[in-house]
Amino acid sequence: MSQLYYRHRLPVRLMHWINVVVFVVMLMSGLTIFNAHPTLYWGDESYGGATKLLQIRGVNTDDGPVGLTTLFGRTFDTTGLLGAAPNAHGGVTLRAFPYWSTIPSFYSLAEARRWHFFFMWLLIVNGLLYVLWSLATRHLSRDLAPTTTDLKSIWPSVKDHVRFRHPRGEAAKHYNVLQKLTYLSVIFAWFPLVILMGFAMSPMLDALAPGWVDFFGGRQSARTLHFVAAFALLAFMALHVFLVITTGLWNNMRSMIDGHYRVRPELPVPAAPVTEFPPIDYAPVDPTDGGRTRRPGSRAAAASTADRAGSKQ
Amino acid sequence: MTDRVSNGSRRRFLRGSLAGLSAALVAGCDRLGDTSWFGALLRSGETMTRATQRLIVPRAALAQEFTDADVKGPFRSNGTSHPRSTTYDALAANDFVDWRLHVDGLVAQPLELSLEELEAMRSRTQITRHDCVEGWSAIAKWTGVPLADVLDRAAPQPNARFVVFHCADPKEADGTEPYYESIDMIDAYHPQTILAYRLNDAPLPIGNGAPIRVRIERQLGYKMAKYIMRIELVDRFDRLYGGNGGYWEDRGYAWYAGI
Repeated sequence: MSQLYYRHRLPVRLMHWINVVVFVVMLMSGLTIFNAHPTLYWGDESYGGATKLLQIRGVNTDDGPVGLTTLFGRTFDTTGLLGAAPNAHGGVTLRAFPYWSTIPSFYSLAEARRWHFFFMWLLIVNGLLYVLWSLATRHLSRDLAPTTTDLKSIWPSVKDHVRFRHPRGEAAKHYNVLQKLTYLSVIFAWFPLVILMGFAMSPMLDALAPGWVDFFGGRQSARTLHFVAAFALLAFMALHVFLVITTGLWNNMRSMIDGHYRVRPELPVPAAPVTEFPPIDYAPVDPTDGGRTRRPGSRAAAASTADRAGSKQ
Repeated sequence: MTDRVSNGSRRRFLRGSLAGLSAALVAGCDRLGDTSWFGALLRSGETMTRATQRLIVPRAALAQEFTDADVKGPFRSNGTSHPRSTTYDALAANDFVDWRLHVDGLVAQPLELSLEELEAMRSRTQITRHDCVEGWSAIAKWTGVPLADVLDRAAPQPNARFVVFHCADPKEADGTEPYYESIDMIDAYHPQTILAYRLNDAPLPIGNGAPIRVRIERQLGYKMAKYIMRIELVDRFDRLYGGNGGYWEDRGYAWYAGI
């Protein structure tokens, strides 16, 4: 019953895995760069009473090292994760993000910048190639652009997702509307934002059109937005990996490795529920259509909408 | 009850294996970063960035300038706040009257300029944002003589490619490891590149590089050497100190600091 379906073409698979490596390196080397000055501000500068949005500190107290994270003026004890965390040698190190989350694992701003500003080029080139390829092959318009029907099914799709009901059959061959909107926001909003805010931190690129950085609130605001966009992408990655695992890890992995995805068959439509006390207006059942023809309002009609996961779109 | 325990241990196992996976990943990256071929590959990013930025940003494009209202506080002192040098202390004790800026190397006319002579030259005042490699920024008002004017007086030879700043501050307590920096002729002749002797309408304080520091507004802070004693024009900098063109460059930082 189940069938293999060619889901991802080779260029998409290649660019996907390049992006996995590049994004992870960018994020982790970025955390080392953040560790050099673990405070985020809003505005042009960091001093002269600039608004602090986030600050991560490590302090030595009589009770040992403590990590403190201040977000919007509220301070939390984050010992063990942020500010003060176990190092690889059995001790505790005072630094914003711990060693296992950074590249390199030791603190070296110089080396982290070399990683960041080499992989930056891979991110930009891979991203541009992906967008150009997707436009040229109409991958964007065919697979990612939401249709009117899609947009009308946002709410039902949300309900399906929170109930972990995932499409089968024909519906599983297309992205659902939430996938489309999420992927589009990653491709056309979050990645461009993280890259643009990176550019905004470059004093040379700021000179391209003096003042353009103020459109985003100033250089320190750009640094904050760079961080926010990076963590939005991390949140996307976490959700993406979670869904990859929960919707069939090996099947999903295969579709991104050799391109083939096994589509689960449609669920057999449940037979009409036998009601002990048939309603007066019970319509005659046509046994050949599996009990689909029901008048609205009957229990069977309710049952068939509940089965949307199998037959939606 | 048993469920809760197994949930807890499962969560601990999951968290442990995630952190373990990540720790193995960063250990691998550390090892990769130590190999020379990968180090060279990473460094190629600097070349690409420099070439691209030089291509798309016009030579004379100005860094953003701000207004007096944007100067909100005293400018912080970063790095050396007072050079550990008796020579420097003697100069400072006499308000740098005896200080001379030496301009030499590949120039037709070597110079020795006093602070008074520099102050008598054409000056430029600019309110700009200082961006540190660490990530912070600070806005301040700088007054100084355009480096281009000083270089014009010294008449660089055609083979001069870099301007090297030799500074009064040794970075080690024993007086070794002097701070130095170098820039190319594009940055040297940029209209906002000045030898600043005033900060926020007052003489440049010792904490910020008295008697002069260079402002290179489209580069990061570490390029903008303080306590300048000598400006040397060279055709290559690989024979100076660590060979990478600057104190921080010899410690792994990029020579091109436009990003």
